[in-house]
Amino acid sequence: MRRRLMAAVVATLGLTAACGGSATPTVQGAPITIGVSVSLSGDFSGDGKALEQGYDLWMADVNSRGGLAGHKVTMKYVDDASSTQQVVTNYQNLITVDKVALVFGPFSSLLTIPASTVVDRYGYAFPEPAGGGPHVFDRGLKSVFFVQPAAVEDNLVSYTKWLLALPSGQRPASVAYATQDDPFTQPQVDKAKSLLEAAGMKTAYYHVYPAETTDFTPIALQVASTKADAVILGTQLPDAVAFAKTFIQQQFNPKTIIETTGPDQGSQFSDKLGSNTEGIMVPAGWTTAAKAYGNDVFVKEFIAKYGGTAADISADAAEAYSVGQVVEQAATKAGSIDNTTLINTLHSGTYNTIQGPMSFDATGKPQGGVGVYIEQWQGGSAMFVYPSTIAAAPPEYPKKNWQ
Amino acid sequence: MTLALEAAVLGVLTGGVYALMASGLTLIFGVMRIINVGHGALVVLGAYLSFAASRRLGMDPFLTLVITMPAMFLLGVALQVVFIRPLKTDREALSVLVTYALALGIEGLLGYIFSTNYVQLRAWYENASFPIGDFRITYVYVFGFVLCIAILGAMFLVLYRTTFGASIRATMLNRTAAQLIGIDVDRVSAVAFGIGMATAAAGGVVFGITNAFNPGSHYDLISRLLTIIVLGGLGSLRGAIIAALIMLVSEDITSVVISPVWASFVFFIILIGVLLIRPQGLYGVRVRERI
Repeated sequence: MRRRLMAAVVATLGLTAACGGSATPTVQGAPITIGVSVSLSGDFSGDGKALEQGYDLWMADVNSRGGLAGHKVTMKYVDDASSTQQVVTNYQNLITVDKVALVFGPFSSLLTIPASTVVDRYGYAFPEPAGGGPHVFDRGLKSVFFVQPAAVEDNLVSYTKWLLALPSGQRPASVAYATQDDPFTQPQVDKAKSLLEAAGMKTAYYHVYPAETTDFTPIALQVASTKADAVILGTQLPDAVAFAKTFIQQQFNPKTIIETTGPDQGSQFSDKLGSNTEGIMVPAGWTTAAKAYGNDVFVKEFIAKYGGTAADISADAAEAYSVGQVVEQAATKAGSIDNTTLINTLHSGTYNTIQGPMSFDATGKPQGGVGVYIEQWQGGSAMFVYPSTIAAAPPEYPKKNWQ
Repeated sequence: MTLALEAAVLGVLTGGVYALMASGLTLIFGVMRIINVGHGALVVLGAYLSFAASRRLGMDPFLTLVITMPAMFLLGVALQVVFIRPLKTDREALSVLVTYALALGIEGLLGYIFSTNYVQLRAWYENASFPIGDFRITYVYVFGFVLCIAILGAMFLVLYRTTFGASIRATMLNRTAAQLIGIDVDRVSAVAFGIGMATAAAGGVVFGITNAFNPGSHYDLISRLLTIIVLGGLGSLRGAIIAALIMLVSEDITSVVISPVWASFVFFIILIGVLLIRPQGLYGVRVRERI
């Protein structure tokens, strides 16, 4: 019995070593599969679908150019149901069972953090579009590359700079903060709070709520009761809409509102609020009108493939497309799609994306990029309003009252 | 103090909606002794049907119930006959698997038809409110609460003032004894499942106006609905209503007085406290089973 147990342990260890050593070698020019765990059900299903669209669009583009370093690409998606357990299982299966050549990242820091641990263990590169929370980078993994213009905690820095640059008579006297306890939203709000408090702005309210919260009205009521001049919210789409609706119902009109996610989701946001989107801000690294590398082609192709208008394109899709762009340039530069080679290549040089140029430090954090701007809904569409060098219009301040 | 009072009023109004959603779940358990973990998906299905009807026909979301409630009732009868009735042995355990599969099927179908993007029902009163003292009450919550009172009232009338209602109550009390006195429990079960689904449609319309939802929204919903019927007592309509009010009022007050983080915790303290004293829930009946 004991000997049989030992044999099983040895066999398991052998198998693990065989799988964990490095990624599957790929025959020159042979078609390859890239695996992704996407949230097609559960809390992130809207974002998951947008990622899939962005990845698919890039796949069609790269194949039309002859493939990724000569390899025709097929994407394989598996649903993680927005679950931190399932996302780990999915990447394990993609790597060890499906033996995909490369893997791309899922949606959210919440899923990227557990997924990156297992992907790193198998020696795969992990370029990812949506996991930028501090904990993604503070574990010393060398294989993660966050393909957005700035690390998540810096997303609201532009907004704080804009607030502090206002003439002292116009500057908000008090700020209310509420955020999900999500690794994507909370670090942004916490950093903005520390910067504004250091500059002397009074905190009227600060509360963190569980990501599982479904009824946001009591929290929004409490924010409204503070009558703060500025409101900074760490939200995803459902709570972004719910907060705005409660503020409208309570006729609470702060001078400025910014939400970390939601207002950047195009018509998914505006079709729930109508003309009351006016004046709401969101940190954004990408917009349909941005003059970045290949952005005009991306927007045109997206509308041709999925229909709708430019306003319907989610920033998630643009971020996923950027992952493909970065990997394509790295593979071309290295002349290989070997994962170890790609990891080494991505740690040096600058890569052009539809979100602007970006490079990565030793932990995969974006460096020296264009930074995150402020987007504001004005006249029914979201546009860059800060900094002035890229602004399509000046910021609307104070925000107009709800209609 | 004003904020706590406002939260309490909000808790009562939204509690009514949860009571409506949970009433179907507890009725189905009471009659059939099955745990319908697909009930959240049925609420979301109801919300989507209202969404489609209001978009396509330009109807007010509440008016769409004229179409969606009968449609969901008929669908409920069909689902009961096809999926639930064949379960002859180990019903309680197997029903969890069957209804979970049903939930996944509904979620997949809705995702295929409507995509996984969040949607929300729109109406002129969604953002309109009126003042009461220092705070404002939103019309949609009041309308939703009135709808819940009307539907729950109708359910009580059917259950306590009609012969068919007596058949339902007899089946809830003792399925075997009801069969022995000549009640067609299969028919009663199918109709009860249909009523449960019709109430899910009604709950879905209010849920759909007050929340952005997508096909995956049922996971959060079902966990809350199951908790409500456990506190109220499985199979008790009155218990479901009281428990829903306790849940929403306690959570909303905790959220504004202490912190949103403690909202669910305080409710679960209440739940555990009640179950320690009354393991069968507030209005549940203790059943002695032969082992």
